[in-house]
Amino acid sequence: MRLIMHNMLTCNIKGVINKSPLRIEAEKVIKKEVDFNPDFLRHMLAKIEWKALVDGARSMGYTELPVHAPGIESDEPFLRKFHHALLELNLEEGSLVCQESGRKFPVNKGVPNMLLHEKEV
Amino acid sequence: MKLKQLEGFLGDLQQFSNPKVELEQYPTGPHIASRMLFTAENSYGDITDKVVADFGCGCGTLSAAAALLDASCVIGFDVDPQSLETATLNAEELEVEIDFVQCDVTKLELKGQVVDTVVMNPPFGTRKKGADMEFLSAAMKVASRAVYSLHKTSTREHIKRAALRDFNAKSAEVICELRYDLPKLYKFHKRKEVDIAVDLWRFEPRQN
Repeated sequence: MRLIMHNMLTCNIKGVINKSPLRIEAEKVIKKEVDFNPDFLRHMLAKIEWKALVDGARSMGYTELPVHAPGIESDEPFLRKFHHALLELNLEEGSLVCQESGRKFPVNKGVPNMLLHEKEV
Repeated sequence: MKLKQLEGFLGDLQQFSNPKVELEQYPTGPHIASRMLFTAENSYGDITDKVVADFGCGCGTLSAAAALLDASCVIGFDVDPQSLETATLNAEELEVEIDFVQCDVTKLELKGQVVDTVVMNPPFGTRKKGADMEFLSAAMKVASRAVYSLHKTSTREHIKRAALRDFNAKSAEVICELRYDLPKLYKFHKRKEVDIAVDLWRFEPRQN
């Protein structure tokens, strides 16, 4: 699971109001290189919830992202860090935790299991 | 990439080893899958450099096609862990990056219209009534550019009405009619092969 995907996920348990972001508990993280595409990154900058990305990256061991995203001009050194955090960090084993209910969604072999139990629907 | 090349790559993918009838698990053949994604990109620009979600990805055929056509991010969603394992292997074989999520797509909640394009070959609703409509509804909630989906031609009027009236579609067009070859997969199938008329739809969601 990469942070580009984590940024989209919410907790869909019935009754939960504070659905996102899900906190990451990382047990195994691997890095996989991906081609750098600055146009795509600039496009994504507007859509990403920044704090969730920074916190998510920190949980996976990457602390280089600035606390605030830059304004209009995003230079290459920043984009490289953004690229690495968004697309190259892979959570292989761990959990995604709903901040409100505490429910843990396990992540195994890179795949988060978001299936709900009967009572949660 | 040329269409024939794409079709070739997709033909090499591993498919369901033990398909589950209650989930309507049928492989999306390379012929349909390649044409679907090729059209989405060449006629509408909906795949290359876009975030693409594959709802009910199964063994990942449509996801793989999106990745091969240079989507910048591909995410496959499915309820069945065995299919997801096969899909993961397929992605590794092709050396493409695809993220996978195990979930019930009809219960999934994402943060709004966060993907560009959804591509899917959803269940037709022969086992779980209304499944095709539930998948379409779910897809329309998360796509900002387009949803590409296959539905039986016999449901055409019903789908169009529901999409425009209930699922927030700005437009709903049948791009082409295809014959979907279903080989004899399950014991209850009497004929060796049957083909079903299906429509390839393109839905454009309204922006929320």
